[in-house]
Amino acid sequence: MKTEEVVRPIPPDIDPGPDHVLGPGHDIATVTDRISGVIYQPLAKTPKPWFFAFAAAFALLQLLLIAAAWLFYKGVGVWGIVIPIAWGFAIVNFVWWIGIGHAGTLISAILLLLKQDWRTSINRFSEAMTLFAVACAGMFPILHLGRPWLAYWLLPYPNSMWLWPQPRSPLLWDVFAVSTYATVSLLFWLTGLVPDFATMRDTSKHQWQRVLFGMLSLGWRGSAKHWSRYQMAYLILAGLSTPLVVSVHTVVSFDFAISILPGWHTTIFPPYFVAGAIYSGFAMVITLAIPTRKWFHMEGLITMRHLEAAAKVMLGTGLIVAYGYAMEAFISWYSGNPYESFMYWNRMTGPYWWSYVMLISCNIAIPQLLWIRKVRLNLTALFIISIIVNVGMWLERFVIVITSLHRDFLPSSWGMYYPTIWDWATFIGTIGLFTTLMWLFVRFVPMLAMFEVREDLHHMQHTGAYEVKPLPAHGD
Amino acid sequence: MQIFHRSANSIAKVSIVGGIVLLGGIIALAYTIDRGAYITDVRVVRTQPIPFSHKHHVLDDGIDCRYCHTSVETSARAGLPATEVCMSCHSQIWTNAAVLEPVRESWRTGQSIEWTRVHDLPDFVYFNHSIHLNKGIGCSTCHGEVQNIAFMYKQNTLYMNWCLECHRNPEKYIRPRSEVFNTAYQTPANQAELGKKLVAEYHVQSLTDCYTCHR
Repeated sequence: MKTEEVVRPIPPDIDPGPDHVLGPGHDIATVTDRISGVIYQPLAKTPKPWFFAFAAAFALLQLLLIAAAWLFYKGVGVWGIVIPIAWGFAIVNFVWWIGIGHAGTLISAILLLLKQDWRTSINRFSEAMTLFAVACAGMFPILHLGRPWLAYWLLPYPNSMWLWPQPRSPLLWDVFAVSTYATVSLLFWLTGLVPDFATMRDTSKHQWQRVLFGMLSLGWRGSAKHWSRYQMAYLILAGLSTPLVVSVHTVVSFDFAISILPGWHTTIFPPYFVAGAIYSGFAMVITLAIPTRKWFHMEGLITMRHLEAAAKVMLGTGLIVAYGYAMEAFISWYSGNPYESFMYWNRMTGPYWWSYVMLISCNIAIPQLLWIRKVRLNLTALFIISIIVNVGMWLERFVIVITSLHRDFLPSSWGMYYPTIWDWATFIGTIGLFTTLMWLFVRFVPMLAMFEVREDLHHMQHTGAYEVKPLPAHGD
Repeated sequence: MQIFHRSANSIAKVSIVGGIVLLGGIIALAYTIDRGAYITDVRVVRTQPIPFSHKHHVLDDGIDCRYCHTSVETSARAGLPATEVCMSCHSQIWTNAAVLEPVRESWRTGQSIEWTRVHDLPDFVYFNHSIHLNKGIGCSTCHGEVQNIAFMYKQNTLYMNWCLECHRNPEKYIRPRSEVFNTAYQTPANQAELGKKLVAEYHVQSLTDCYTCHR
């Protein structure tokens, strides 16, 4: 190991363009060096933009703590929720965050089973995004409880009241859907990390790191038996995750679709919620990947191939969402149901018309630019569109929750929803929590799956898809 | 390069089992504490201003429950006896007993005796003594064999699951109306048929809606 002292050439960070998943000049060692180098570099050498981004995220996290403390002290009255709009931002944000998580699961599980080459290297990153998004999402229903300290009543446990949660309520299905999702996602993420933790254990220069990574790698020795079992376990987890991509947001959509409220009571909700979830998830992957790869010089590993593929998925799922909106509008007219047609007319022209116009522009109109290859390959354009889609998908949930609730069957119970500063503080605060966790993750955990990139590199080498240029000889 | 001692393998394996056992143990401990006397006050004697013995008054003297708890058959509350009720006997017997001084003081001053409540239901629970008695649920079903309890304590938790046990299966606990004040009543061998018969005869409904008790 002493031979490590030989200085290795710095792996290049050249983006090979939209046709390759790996930049030129890499070999198995440089892939590992590039990815683990992010963690091994001294804290002070961390790229400056990371520090700024982390400081901003951490400040917003403090905002969340203040908002939550004030909420617990005063009660949900600090929010703008009123009767009949009792759901407000809490549920809008819940659905938005859960949706964002879906891209991670789709990338890790479904693309693994479909053997997509652009899955590798962004999967770990997206899985982490899933976990952090689910953490943000899971908070909102609990914050929204009048007495959040009794949140454990949502779980069936042997209590002295002999009461069980109501199994006919979709809100209870949510509890199980989201907690299953969080558990499987965490297991999937941790299982994928084991061989990389072992690499970190074997390459670290500090004893405390070797002990830490040694414990995390669970005694991984990289034997053939280990790999064979690992592959099996990983496939099983992928198989478990695959139905979750579809089921979790379907159950979330049931929160609305099971009710009889016009605007919620539609059978198209499950498929278009799932499509919307993947849509927003891929938008978030792009939003996070573009700055991260720049800060840490990962252009050779997260290439335009990855970003363009994600953009294409965004375009496709965006069109499904557009179809969903069109069908909602069509059915509200075609059904001849006066409540349905009033609801949709009110959605487009009522007091919240601006949110509908913004929704259609952000989610349907502007993303059509992605048909143009030049736009897909332009990082700035892609970054801006991904943020617009994030905003659009948040607006979609706002439109669904608020405009459906504020005009009830009885005009006497109509009302308006005005979010307060604490609504905004809680929402923006969770963005702080999400980005804080994300920036910590990219700095202190191997953000890309080192062993999977190495494996892909090996395969590509053998099929002639990638040529390793001979590098100067180095240690070991 | 050896990072961990050989024993790490065994420690890792043991910690998997140990983790499960520890978690199970914590849950079991929490459950035991939660259902134990520390939390529920079951069989915990409360200090009272006068060492009043139910055992003495019920078993030795043969006084009926209703002599003191006068409103139990007609109202929600069983009622605590007024000082005058105590004095109906104790103006004649044990007139100089030191332990009874608080009773005589209350009699002189007109100030009520401040008993410590033993059976205290939460304020959000509506409970009515009279309907239970009139439908054939005896005192001892909830309060235990009072004739054997010297200083009063809770015989049962008064938890909701305890209420529901009877509300869901009243035939297991019902008795003839003539027996409701018999604190020594024993469940007969033919309770299975008798219970069903009495439930039908007294028109007992199994009321388990939330608003039966939470009004």
